[in-house]
Amino acid sequence: MSHKRHILPGFRTSVGGSILWLLLIVLLPLAALFGKTASGGWPHFWESVTDPQVVASYRVSFGISLIASLVNGVFGFLAAWIFARYEFPGKRLMEAATDLPFALPTAVAGIALCALYSESGWVGKLLVPFHIRIAFTPIGILIAMTFIGFPFVVRAVQPVIRELSADVEEAAACLGANRFQTLRYVVLPPLIPALLTGIIMAYGRAVGEYGSIVFISGNIPFKTEITPLLILSKLEQYDYTGAAALGFTMLVASLVIVLIGNALQSWGNRYRKSV
Amino acid sequence: MASFIDFRNPPGSDSRADPLIRATSEPLWVRRLLIAIVLLFFILFLILPLVVVFQGALASGLTSFLKNFTDHDILHSIQMTLIVALIAVPSNTLFGIAAAWAITRYSFRGRELLLALIDLPLWVSPVIGGLVYVLLYGRRGYLGPWLQAHDIRIIFALPGMVMATTFVTFPFVARSLIPLMQALGVEEEEAALTLGASGFQILRRITLPKIRWGLFYGVILCNARAMGEFGAVSVVSAKISGLTNTMPLEIEQLYNDYLFASAFAVASALSLLALITLVIKTFTEWENHRQIQAGQKAVLENTIQKAVP
Repeated sequence: MSHKRHILPGFRTSVGGSILWLLLIVLLPLAALFGKTASGGWPHFWESVTDPQVVASYRVSFGISLIASLVNGVFGFLAAWIFARYEFPGKRLMEAATDLPFALPTAVAGIALCALYSESGWVGKLLVPFHIRIAFTPIGILIAMTFIGFPFVVRAVQPVIRELSADVEEAAACLGANRFQTLRYVVLPPLIPALLTGIIMAYGRAVGEYGSIVFISGNIPFKTEITPLLILSKLEQYDYTGAAALGFTMLVASLVIVLIGNALQSWGNRYRKSV
Repeated sequence: MASFIDFRNPPGSDSRADPLIRATSEPLWVRRLLIAIVLLFFILFLILPLVVVFQGALASGLTSFLKNFTDHDILHSIQMTLIVALIAVPSNTLFGIAAAWAITRYSFRGRELLLALIDLPLWVSPVIGGLVYVLLYGRRGYLGPWLQAHDIRIIFALPGMVMATTFVTFPFVARSLIPLMQALGVEEEEAALTLGASGFQILRRITLPKIRWGLFYGVILCNARAMGEFGAVSVVSAKISGLTNTMPLEIEQLYNDYLFASAFAVASALSLLALITLVIKTFTEWENHRQIQAGQKAVLENTIQKAVP
């Protein structure tokens, strides 16, 4: 198709329309973000993004997201494995439920998780005798971030497990490998790129997440404040350049995360073709 | 529960007797343990939160649940959500069709950039989706003074909320159409062209019927996200109940005012929408998959026919 260009009509309408729409909806507003970031000047930018309260929020947003994405790496991998390999009652229902964090509005997820894991909630109540508090602590943020990132790992790994051909496992067994050795040396290696892609995508989502976290986090300064929340509070104080500086920093961080994800994905695709 | 069956381990085959099956599948107790672990995870993270919403909504009886939906502010928030979605979803649908057409039908300079820009809202924080509009149209934004002089309100009003929602939801239609249109190819469109069809006729008579399930799927996802959007809209809305609150913002306000039953009542309506979306998603994914496979089969047969004269 790449050689016969523009055979079908509608080139100018579709390309022009798309570019115009992107210009209005994305590029112009993004230009405002870059402009406002620059207009504050370097000292103000640096001051905004290294403010102790902001730095504490990076630890929450980027640090807890990392733990959440690793938790999702474990459970998402297990879920993808049992969906692809086992047959059990309720499987279809669980597969459909996997996408719930994509479909459920984040504010709904936020109040539901908060109600469930607070000290009077069904799960939170069970942990009170052990003096474990979840809501309004970093553990609560971890739970919300795990919730929001879960489908990414399952959706990244499941198709690759399906593609694995049975004969390599049979060959390994024929050559005398036990099941653990087969899993460790034959099954797992080709799944690594997909697993890492899923984890990094879950990480990217958790870093920018707002709605499902703000209820359960309690938003205690220096402890449970996430960076997106600080953007909002800077805007409320009409500190536009400060908010822009934080937004710009998060945009760059997300861009780096997504580029790593893309690199992992193309690495995985190359790997898949060679297998 | 006797039906923990492995695909490679059909019922009737004695797995312990067959060393090959034993070597290519996990022992029964491992399989059961893994399923139990994942099930527990699902209950704690996915099922219980959903149950809590409906339980919280119906805890004080059906009458008081229904009474919430006669409340002026809640009704207004539903109306706002519908208005925002009614503007954002159709415009993003048009954009999605145009972008998918452009990307899958032509090769041009900047095509990759267009693809990358379409994906942007998927990886950027929704809060940034609101922030950029405030920086442009807000009181101290670039166009703020001009807008104020002409008495036009965008931020803290409906136009800003529509724009922020549009920003967050525009990838969905394009993203669900692009792989489908790529897989289905352009041969029928080119045939229609040689028969003298105009571009609009090709779109209406050939392409749209061909991609209808993918389009439907994209529109449903776009709508679910538009009606449920919270982060971006919180930035650009004044958050005044009965004036500029959409349903998710109303939920936040009710919850923070300790009106839990009402908050969960509104949340249950949005959860129902999410559940319907999931059902449609599961169904159309299956339909899409079937169509792509049929399309690839046709392409394959075509190639074989060309190769074998």
